[in-house]
Amino acid sequence: MAAKPKVAFFEFTSCEGCQLTVVDSLQTSPELLDAVEIVRFREAMSEKGEGYAIALIEGACSRPSDEAHLKEIREKAQLVVALGACAHLGGINTIRNRHDLADVRRYVYGEQAEWFETYPARPIEAVIPVDAFIPGCPIDRHEFIRAVKALLQGRAPQIPDHPLCVECKLKENVCVYLRGRTCLGPIVRAGCDAICPTYGDGCEGCRGLIPNPNVASLKQVLAEHHLSPEETLAKLTLFLTYQTMEMEAAGDGKAKR
Amino acid sequence: MAKPSVRIDVHHITRVEGHGNIVVDVQNGELKQCDLEIVESPRFIEAMLRGRPYTESSHLTSRICGICAVGHATTSLRATEKALGVVPSEQTVLLRKLNFHGEMLDSHILHSYMLVAPDALGVGSVVPLAKTHPEVVLRALRMKKLAGDLCAAICGRHTHPIAMTVGGFTHFPSTADLEQLRERLEAARADVDATVELFQKLHLPAFERETEYVALRKDDEYCFIDGEIASTDGGSWPVERYREITNETVIRHSSAKRTHHKRAEYMVGALARFNVNHEQLHLKAKSAATALGLKPKCTNPYLITVAQVVEIVHCMEDAIHLADLLLKRGVPWEEPAAPARLSGEGTGACDVPRGTLFHHYVIEDGKVVGANCIIPTGQNLNNIEADMRTLVPTLLERRPEEITLSLEMLVRAYDPCISCSTHMLDVRFE
Repeated sequence: MAAKPKVAFFEFTSCEGCQLTVVDSLQTSPELLDAVEIVRFREAMSEKGEGYAIALIEGACSRPSDEAHLKEIREKAQLVVALGACAHLGGINTIRNRHDLADVRRYVYGEQAEWFETYPARPIEAVIPVDAFIPGCPIDRHEFIRAVKALLQGRAPQIPDHPLCVECKLKENVCVYLRGRTCLGPIVRAGCDAICPTYGDGCEGCRGLIPNPNVASLKQVLAEHHLSPEETLAKLTLFLTYQTMEMEAAGDGKAKR
Repeated sequence: MAKPSVRIDVHHITRVEGHGNIVVDVQNGELKQCDLEIVESPRFIEAMLRGRPYTESSHLTSRICGICAVGHATTSLRATEKALGVVPSEQTVLLRKLNFHGEMLDSHILHSYMLVAPDALGVGSVVPLAKTHPEVVLRALRMKKLAGDLCAAICGRHTHPIAMTVGGFTHFPSTADLEQLRERLEAARADVDATVELFQKLHLPAFERETEYVALRKDDEYCFIDGEIASTDGGSWPVERYREITNETVIRHSSAKRTHHKRAEYMVGALARFNVNHEQLHLKAKSAATALGLKPKCTNPYLITVAQVVEIVHCMEDAIHLADLLLKRGVPWEEPAAPARLSGEGTGACDVPRGTLFHHYVIEDGKVVGANCIIPTGQNLNNIEADMRTLVPTLLERRPEEITLSLEMLVRAYDPCISCSTHMLDVRFE
């Protein structure tokens, strides 16, 4: 039997909820542990092994010292996977990119603001090349298992590129617009089984924008439902501040991720 | 005999949430340095809340922590509700309590079985445990799944909750959901009994250091949500006066702030709750405490895990009771209670798995203009270091790896949630 692929987990600026979701995925798929050798999972294990083929990275890059660590992981691993919204998109960490950073630091650490290094938060792909991503805040445990199985078979994980609305309609949910709530479903990628609209809330965009999102049209639809563009913009800047700022800078309504 | 010199440097303690280092330096028998360094990157959640609509606060702050996401969301909602004069319905209160038990069970099972038990059973993690003690791991996964499913039925998922909103919920469990959960909770009593038996057998280190224990308290129940702040040193305070307890300071070796009350340190969490509120525990949980040899006031921090096991018993029984109440009254669709105003100031407090959590918001015209969150792990950091300072001199004759393990087990006993604690701040609203 060929040696099992070695897998390592790493975490940067995040809540570690995606790695907890990995632990939870073992409740239904304990066979995963037989297929790989986990050599590093600080949150759950003390054992550490040398070398790894697959690096799963949770969290955003938010300070200069993160960069060297990310580059070292990139050099050692054959495959680098961004695990969850913080690694994939920058996520909520990037909200501060719209604020004056000096003010943000002072607000939290007062006169000792300079003691703790930080800079504008970025998705890890802004620092190192990434081979695959598993989106969401947190990741969807079923999608995680499917993605890992694909990676182990040498295939790219199939992450949907179509909008969430498709999935939401298949779930036969009542459109949250008709309930007077705002939602990013028309421009955000599906794959979460439309879990937020199913539980009565609008999509907040944690899985990232679809390719070529039509933001202008979304605003028009919102206007037709008498929903405020301001509220929509607030939703776009919850997980997608980095992408929103990219779009604004490019001025063409397109973001890379 | 030469006086011992020991240098312990644990870079990134494992089986804890977030990044921390233990640094101990003993030269010729004298303790020169004994720090728990918090090296997590700063997260600035409170600064990022400013300017955002109040409706988003609970969704944003649940992202402080993957383990206690429901606790953050509940505390955040209570702060907003108090600021805006929102009074949740009886049904909302019951559903929140049941949801909270789901998280308490999930977190305590994760900690006691997957993070602490491997030390007591002499292995490095839950992975080899699955080979040597498969029944223990399967039981943990089974109980954890039930806890997660309980949260999922009420709020969509445990990490991060969806259906919890200011004034109530946006989704409700069906009668069938609740009946099924009730059945599974009752069936899980056997697993809870087995958990108590397991921890009766596990050997945890003996070490005593008396400190101040702080928890939320209510007269008529074992308190997790709301209540008032209470201390084993005596006294009680409304949650709005939390700063009189927490007194935060910034120190250089920790991106998490530190707190102290009248002494130099105090403890929050399961053992503090047990010491403050043991009388309100469910009868079965009291029996479990007796069986486990846990007596108030317990001053051994390694027994925090045992207090968590006692709370597992309590939460499981109270969850069955709450499910019964909800099934009896029915859970009809309810619009969330509306705000009475769009500007105001409010403090929410909950005793989440690791201890007392405070969220304090100032809202103006529906937007957050000031936010302060005080996290349990931050409140425990001074206490952990004080324990380390007392413990290290008693260990000096042992091998360095034994000292390291004792210190790691001590830090792990507190179940620290480091990424939570690295954005605490003490903002004065002027």
